[in-house]
Amino acid sequence: MIQFRAYKILNTTQGKMPLDVSFTLEHGQLISLFGKSGAGKTTILRILAGLTNADESFIEVDNEIWDDTKKKLHLSAQTRSIGFVFQDYALFPNLTVKENVQFALQKKSDRKIVPELLELMELEQLQNNKPINLSGGQQQRVALARAIARQPKILLLDEPLSALDDEMRFKLQDYIFKAHLHYKLTTILVSHHLPEIFRLSDNVIILDKGKIIKQGKPLDVFTEQKMSSKFNVTGEIIDITKNDIVYIVSVLSMNNIIKIIATADEINNLKVGQKVLVTSKVFNPMIQVM
Amino acid sequence: MIDLSPLWLSCRLALIVTILLFVISIPLAYWLAYSKFKLKTVAEVIITLPLVLPPSVLGFYLLIAFSPANTFGKFIDTYFNLRLVFTFTGLVVASVIYSLPFMVNPMVAGFKNLPGSLKEASFTLGKSKFTTLIKILLPNIRASLLTGIVMTFAHTIGEFGIVLMVGGSIPKETRVVSIAVYDEVESMNYHNANVYALILFVFTFLILLGVHLINNKKQATTLL
Repeated sequence: MIQFRAYKILNTTQGKMPLDVSFTLEHGQLISLFGKSGAGKTTILRILAGLTNADESFIEVDNEIWDDTKKKLHLSAQTRSIGFVFQDYALFPNLTVKENVQFALQKKSDRKIVPELLELMELEQLQNNKPINLSGGQQQRVALARAIARQPKILLLDEPLSALDDEMRFKLQDYIFKAHLHYKLTTILVSHHLPEIFRLSDNVIILDKGKIIKQGKPLDVFTEQKMSSKFNVTGEIIDITKNDIVYIVSVLSMNNIIKIIATADEINNLKVGQKVLVTSKVFNPMIQVM
Repeated sequence: MIDLSPLWLSCRLALIVTILLFVISIPLAYWLAYSKFKLKTVAEVIITLPLVLPPSVLGFYLLIAFSPANTFGKFIDTYFNLRLVFTFTGLVVASVIYSLPFMVNPMVAGFKNLPGSLKEASFTLGKSKFTTLIKILLPNIRASLLTGIVMTFAHTIGEFGIVLMVGGSIPKETRVVSIAVYDEVESMNYHNANVYALILFVFTFLILLGVHLINNKKQATTLL
């Protein structure tokens, strides 16, 4: 079990903001941290990893205290059993794919995990390449393999898929999920992408201005609506066009574009790039085998 | 026959100074790049001073400091039996101080240009600061290291003012090639001065050409 509690004053573009967060995780869970930029998601991962110090914190992982500011206890990043996938992947440019993964091995670790991970991530053909010669998706897989090679208790993923296109994103979600199950990891994923959260996570924590505002199963958290609806999809607004007196809002959901008619008043709060929930309660959705 | 000892002396001085500065500058540059110490700026200014201070001013202060008549000079003379005025060792010490920014500054720039996540990724993989420095940071700032090494070497070869102040012009001890050129001109031996000057000119030109070629090649491969 993982217990996390942290308080830290963050310097944001809007001035000082307190981050005050507390949550508990069960072993083997995959949870997502969701929220606007600057809500404190990355800081939570960094405090957990020991890369950022909180003003007050208490972190306990499997009865081992990692942080306890009251007792002035602080384990360094090196001694915490974590795997961290950075947003920019942070692959070592001077090392090949295989050497990058090998670098994560500890003195007593089983060296067999390197070929096993290269196979799992389908990187065998690329193992002697330098990171500069890899595509974004391939680099992401190397970063994931390297983070897991240490066989950590907790895997931390900081928006690992944000730089990839939808198709690649979809594929890489599979790799993440496969690795999470195969190595029985407890995984925390920072994500802005609703479909990703729905596909991967058991639980989601929604953060706003440094506080947890909601947590629970993705379906419960995101579909908690005031009206009763029969049909919900999440997506991203990709276009708003004026058509006579109404507006056509195009929403991209997975690989489908849904066009919705909206009035001038309704589009007031909408803008391109926003994540939205499309609900419909007047028709019966039909399901067909593809 | 022209005396080749100033050339040899210059090369020996530059080589020793470059090796010493390389070793000293790595921890110093690491500290300057990553430390959050408040008085760091003062250290940065002190290290950069030789870039703007006239060499004769620095040479003058070092001459005073190294003189056995004064506290520091007396101290090292008594306890280490070391004389730094008008000796080759004195030249090495003075050059190390004078060329420090030429080695440290490229290294600091190299460290600062690396994404911070590289260092942090290594830490999260359980690697110590030392292992991270040796295996990750230094190999990824190779171009900066090379620039530092070459600039220090070339700059030490080309030193004049500080060498003259601290070392004077003792043949085979402190008469380096830049001093030799000056001496030959003073004695109206234009032919000898010409030979020394030309060798120095071609030598430094080739070194800098080499660095630019290597760095350009590196940039080209990075872009591929």
